[in-house]
Amino acid sequence: MKRSMVVDVTARLILPSALVFALHLLLVGHDRPGGGFVGGLVAGAAIAAIFVAGGVDDVRQVVPVAPWTVLGAGLVLSAGVAVAPLLLGDPVMDAWKLEPSLPLLGGFKISSALVFDIGVALVVIGLVFMVFEAFGDEEPPEYRGEVRR
Amino acid sequence: MIPVLALHAVVGVGILLAAPALRRTSSLLAMVPPVAALAFAGTIAGDVIDGDTWTTTLSWVPGLGLDLDLFVDGLGLVMVLLVAGIGLAVAAYSGSYFGPNATSARTAGLLVLFAGAMLGLVTAEHVVVLYVFWELTSILSWLLIGQRHTDAQARAAATQALVVTAAGGLALLGGLVILAREAGTWSLVELLADPPRGAVAGTGVALVLLGVFTKSAQYPFHAWLPGAMVAPTPVSAYLHSATMVKAGVYLVARFAPAYGDLDAWQPVILAVGLTTMIAGGLRAIRQDDLKLLLAMGTVSQLGFLVVLTGIGFEDATIAGVTLLVAHALFKATLFLVVGIVDHQAHTRDRTELADRRLGAGWTAVRACAVLTAASMAGIPLLAGFIAKEEAYDAFLHHGGAVGSVGIVGIVIGSVLTMAYSLRFAAVFWRRADPDDTAVPAPRTAFAAPVYVLTVLTVAAGLVPAAVIGRLVDRAAAGLLGIDAASKLALWHGLNSALVLSVVTIAAGTLLWRWNEPVVRATARVAPPIDGARGFQIVLEAVFTLARTTTTRVQTGSLPRYVGIILLVVVGGPAALAVATTSPPDLPDPTDVPAQLALACSVVAAAVATALVRRRLGAVVVLGAVGYSMAGIFVAQGAPDLALTQFAVETLTIVAFVLVLRQLPARFHLDDERPGRLRRLLVSAAVGASAFVLVLAVSGESPERPASDMAVERALPEAGGRNVVNVVLVDFRGLDTLGEISVLLVAAVGVTTLARVGRRPPREGARPLPDGDPLDPSTPEYRDKDAIEEIRS
Repeated sequence: MKRSMVVDVTARLILPSALVFALHLLLVGHDRPGGGFVGGLVAGAAIAAIFVAGGVDDVRQVVPVAPWTVLGAGLVLSAGVAVAPLLLGDPVMDAWKLEPSLPLLGGFKISSALVFDIGVALVVIGLVFMVFEAFGDEEPPEYRGEVRR
Repeated sequence: MIPVLALHAVVGVGILLAAPALRRTSSLLAMVPPVAALAFAGTIAGDVIDGDTWTTTLSWVPGLGLDLDLFVDGLGLVMVLLVAGIGLAVAAYSGSYFGPNATSARTAGLLVLFAGAMLGLVTAEHVVVLYVFWELTSILSWLLIGQRHTDAQARAAATQALVVTAAGGLALLGGLVILAREAGTWSLVELLADPPRGAVAGTGVALVLLGVFTKSAQYPFHAWLPGAMVAPTPVSAYLHSATMVKAGVYLVARFAPAYGDLDAWQPVILAVGLTTMIAGGLRAIRQDDLKLLLAMGTVSQLGFLVVLTGIGFEDATIAGVTLLVAHALFKATLFLVVGIVDHQAHTRDRTELADRRLGAGWTAVRACAVLTAASMAGIPLLAGFIAKEEAYDAFLHHGGAVGSVGIVGIVIGSVLTMAYSLRFAAVFWRRADPDDTAVPAPRTAFAAPVYVLTVLTVAAGLVPAAVIGRLVDRAAAGLLGIDAASKLALWHGLNSALVLSVVTIAAGTLLWRWNEPVVRATARVAPPIDGARGFQIVLEAVFTLARTTTTRVQTGSLPRYVGIILLVVVGGPAALAVATTSPPDLPDPTDVPAQLALACSVVAAAVATALVRRRLGAVVVLGAVGYSMAGIFVAQGAPDLALTQFAVETLTIVAFVLVLRQLPARFHLDDERPGRLRRLLVSAAVGASAFVLVLAVSGESPERPASDMAVERALPEAGGRNVVNVVLVDFRGLDTLGEISVLLVAAVGVTTLARVGRRPPREGARPLPDGDPLDPSTPEYRDKDAIEEIRS
């Protein structure tokens, strides 16, 4: 496959802003459009762009952990939040919420729902990443001619 | 009792986890739980024998009314004493049998867990709790039989035992649930105190009996028990003679007083029990392997026990409980003796043992072997005699067809028992020939459990009333709901039962000396399909069915799979929706002007997808459909949905491209008209039904849509303003958890499928064991020689 410089640079430019957007969607999800699922998908789409540009090797550079680790960590986090209240004698998925206030930043809220949603996002990202690992482990795209990286 | 059960679980799991490190101490540790169980039984024994029923309860799943209700009455006490007492003897014995190694520790741990499950089974009052413990014993038995998991024969035997007893367990569950629903109670005691009647309850009783017969190795389900003899001898001694197989006897004893008056009950019990008793005995009298001889003898005795405890009248029940105790004592001892011989002489074949000398140091073991075999045969002064006298007496005095058939059957069975007991005892009775190879004598600690159990057998035979009399009385009285007063005694005077005993002993001795004609005759009339072969045939039929179904359904044609899935969608939910809902008015497409344009773009892109010849081009226009849909979501005010749709669409295209690299660039055009027509029809049907389905579903307007409730409750109850997200992570959080679990499984599946054959096996990966014992096409499926050995 041929490697295109335009695609390559565009993907690299998109990546940070897409990840920030994904994080934004994840954090505000409880009150505004967004959530773990969408956040994970947007981050996954950003990774997809990197994949299109540079193949699975580039993806491995961007995400330095194994896909199954991301996937597993997500499920463990979500399931942990769901099951943890049992240890305190509360029903499964009993919700909790912290609303601390930090100087300069002001008040914000951390809830069990957010932690749960982070787990969902990790599972989605891990899934996308895993698909690339599964199907995309062929020769990475090469620049045509004498371009140096 | 609950702490005792918990102790079994903790110690058992602990030993298993620490198995490699424990070695020597494991058998000492394994003796702790049985001692605790015996101590517990000691504290309640007085009250239970006086007629109280000891109960306890622990709330388990209160939402389902499922509590850990336990009770110990007379029969329960008998069973607890047997399970814990024999368990203690076996735990003490297995340390010497295995020697200090990891196998010993593993077996010890599993045996402790098994003992716990068995104690739970015989004390469970809630029928579901009973079932859970019942299946636990099946699973642990499977693990114990398959201890030598590198041996194909052991694996096959373990699998057979599991398949047969677990299938019976399912029948039992079905039966118990039916009966419990009919009775309106989950309590075993209440259920049996006021047993439901009628056709439905009758089915339930039949299913319970099916479970009983499989667990207690009754014909025609007996074949797994001789197969299970591949297990180490302590395991066979404990599970397959003294305890697990008694679970069925225990249950039939509980059910007999409640359902004994059903028309079919006594004939079924007599037919199955007596067939088992006689057929098992006929096989036992021709075995050379002492362990197989005992196994066949166990099958025979289990038939006897089912007849006695299941027939449901007072004297027989008393005889049954007595035999339950006597059998556990003598059969466990005999197995332990065979284990000692096997361990010291490295053979347990009577023909090979014929030229070995069990000389100095063997006297006590030989005496014990002969005494306990005599108890099995029913020779006076021993526990087995007391039980058999009582049984003869019960059937002689019962009269009628049941009494006549019963007495004839059990006398024939007892003659056979006498014959195989002699065949066994002769190995140990023989005078030692100084020319033979001497077998090293066992250490005293190794043989100690045998001595203790033999002393109990003799004591119960000499002074039955003092040793087991009150216990047996209480058990029988509790079962029958009467004041049973047994006449357990050594000497009842000269009566017809005694005469029959003498006849039995004489006929048995003759049969032992001249068993050739009988063996030849039975070989001729033996049915062409016996249990082991039957099991094999059923298993092969299941595999054939599976293979046929798979070849029919899994043709490997992708268009066919997709076609089947789509047609199910058309024929299922869509047809249902059209049939049950009234067609609503078409919604006004102009309420949001922008969506008209978007809809046109969706339609145009969809049509283009069907016309484009290049695969990549088709994927791109399909993407256009998706993005246009996202636009419609925005227009309708669903930003969450639109965002998700955008992201999913993008990723889908990338995934498509990944897969398309493996496929030709252009679609293959099918020139055959019928094929194209078929596909066109399927596509049209799917499109039309999707349209109608959406219309029908959106037309349904319940009085209070669920969405209203979610909108109202989102902020006050879940503290979130995004209702969609609140539903996902809060109201329906468990659903989401399930969905992401599915995602994880899907990811693992996709990766595995994609990588099949692409990667060489890991360095140092463990190879699969030779042959699958469940696959009839492999030579390891069943060891043919082993089958022949068992059959002959």
